[in-house]
Amino acid sequence: MAKKKEPIIVARDVDVHYADNQALFKIALDIPENKVTSLIGPSGCGKSTFLRCINRMNDLVDIARVQGHISIAGQDIYAPDVDVVALRREVGMVFQKPNPFPKSVYDNVAYGPKIHGLTKSKADLDNLVQWSLEKAGLWDEVKDRLHEPGTGLSGGQQQRLCIARTISVKPKVVLMDEPCSALDPIATARIEELIDELRENFSIVIVTHSMQQASRVSQLTAFFHLGTLVEAGRTKDIFTSPQDERTQNYITGRIG
Amino acid sequence: MTDGTTSFLKGQKALLARHRAESRFQWTGRFAIALSLAFLIFMIGSIAWQGKGALSTTEVQLTVDLGDDNVDPEDIAGSRLEKIIKSGLREMFPEAKKRKQKKLLYGLVSSDAGFQLRDQVLADPSMIGGTADVWVSASDDVWLFAKGQVDRNLPEEDRRISDLEFEWLDRLEGEGRLQQLFNWPFFTNGDSREPELAGILSAFVGSALTIAVCFLLSFPIGIMAAIYLEEFAPKNRLSDFIEININNLAAVPSIVFGLLGLSIFLNTFGLPRSSPLVGGMVLALMTLPTIIIASRASLRAVPPSIREAALGMGASPIQSTFHHVAPLAMPGMFTGAIVGMARALGDTAPLLMIGMVAFIVDVPNSILEPATALPVQIFLWADAPERAFVEKTSAAIIVLLAFLILMNLAAILLRRRFEKRF
Repeated sequence: MAKKKEPIIVARDVDVHYADNQALFKIALDIPENKVTSLIGPSGCGKSTFLRCINRMNDLVDIARVQGHISIAGQDIYAPDVDVVALRREVGMVFQKPNPFPKSVYDNVAYGPKIHGLTKSKADLDNLVQWSLEKAGLWDEVKDRLHEPGTGLSGGQQQRLCIARTISVKPKVVLMDEPCSALDPIATARIEELIDELRENFSIVIVTHSMQQASRVSQLTAFFHLGTLVEAGRTKDIFTSPQDERTQNYITGRIG
Repeated sequence: MTDGTTSFLKGQKALLARHRAESRFQWTGRFAIALSLAFLIFMIGSIAWQGKGALSTTEVQLTVDLGDDNVDPEDIAGSRLEKIIKSGLREMFPEAKKRKQKKLLYGLVSSDAGFQLRDQVLADPSMIGGTADVWVSASDDVWLFAKGQVDRNLPEEDRRISDLEFEWLDRLEGEGRLQQLFNWPFFTNGDSREPELAGILSAFVGSALTIAVCFLLSFPIGIMAAIYLEEFAPKNRLSDFIEININNLAAVPSIVFGLLGLSIFLNTFGLPRSSPLVGGMVLALMTLPTIIIASRASLRAVPPSIREAALGMGASPIQSTFHHVAPLAMPGMFTGAIVGMARALGDTAPLLMIGMVAFIVDVPNSILEPATALPVQIFLWADAPERAFVEKTSAAIIVLLAFLILMNLAAILLRRRFEKRF
């Protein structure tokens, strides 16, 4: 695969243990900038675990142990002097289940900029909130009810609100952990469109169970199986001419 | 459908038995609720019935001679007004000649009557220099008589009021010299050995100060401890050990906390005995485990997705906790506080150990002055021999319950407000 730019995320020899169980084995993966990379594979294959290594959410799990190297924009994120708070400001995350804060739509989006001190004035903040909601394709639907609770929106709107919240701090990377698995097909289609638009500004890594989704939204695909990275490459290549038999079996529905 | 065929939509035997079991269960539940409601109504009803008598007080009208030779206008407070009351009584009932009869006669009015007369004369010095009709408090026996709680049919030696006194009281009543008033003094006086003078104010203020100290100590400490243990503390043997001990402390009898307060706060630190400060501290010790346990439970009930969302945004653990998790857990924390405070307000035993059982007449002005508390006051009055204290006891229980209900109402309103914000 021809690369013009340096990959934004470089992972090498990533091992993850949950207590005595090894969940990931020597993962090595490059994730390019301003592209959508999808991680696919059967349940329990370690794709979400790998995603959570990228913003060190695994630190929250007491029994998890991460070894190996992951760097973002050339910086080792597991170096001892790394502040996870600073890291997570640069690596946003959208979760499987929409989880807006039980606050107003406005406060949901404004929270990140507020705690990171990104805006100088109320007007700046208003603009940033509007920008984020517009980017997330939600502005028109919520502009008249910015001060109503975010939890009162529909599932699809809530997930777009979470995306708006994530991009409001303008992170380098956006991680999405099965963002559509709790949504209906129409809301899913909406989010998929959105992912494609967001690619302009952000590098996106998405975990998905749906191979159709992976083929629709991503430029690159990595297939995980039983904690190993089986195959990674351009999405087109993975789905049309997989090199590994296991990939072949998975995309044709024989394992999974 | 013809007879003999059984529709599958109709209940079969086993299904009917299940329905019967269900309705049996529901009726048992209803019966339990009805029974507890009946007990509650019976309890509150009987207390209210007994306590209502304490809401009125009886006054006697006396004609007293406030001539210049009796009262010195320059020194009203120094004049022997008690003597004037007594001579007024003697003039109204000249038939009381013997010493014993006179003693009975003087016993018709409260021992406070002289001071009440002084206050009236001080307020209106123009009364001096003639005779005047004044109202003063009746004694507790007259008080009971006026409420019709004395049985005349009993033999004289079994009664607190003799035949002679009945004669006098009937005459006073006939002349309209007995009146029933709303018992304001009950709400504005401190405790007294005389039932007709005893009031609830000092105990009420003592309780309020004690509970304030208890709340200000236990609520912040309790929720901070809960937040630290639940959100930040590493999960290891030590934190398990602490958790077990907190749970054990919640079950420790309250008198043990009283002993702890006695030996540490009073004997080691030398804090003032009988003071609301120490009372509040002891009750705070007792309340802390309750608040910590309830707060931890409500923190655990906050969905982890909220923490993930906040941390994923780059919020620090403190920000995640105080911006998102703690506010969501607040209603549950308030519930814990309500339960703990209600228990603290009604608890007597630990206060006995730190000297709040003392006979306190003055209303405390600060948390360092000697005070008593409502439950202790109830305990003291229930123990008093005078018949009139029975009503006072019930009235004090009503005041305690009203205090409790108001306190819980405030907490529930606060909790509502927190719930509404989300």
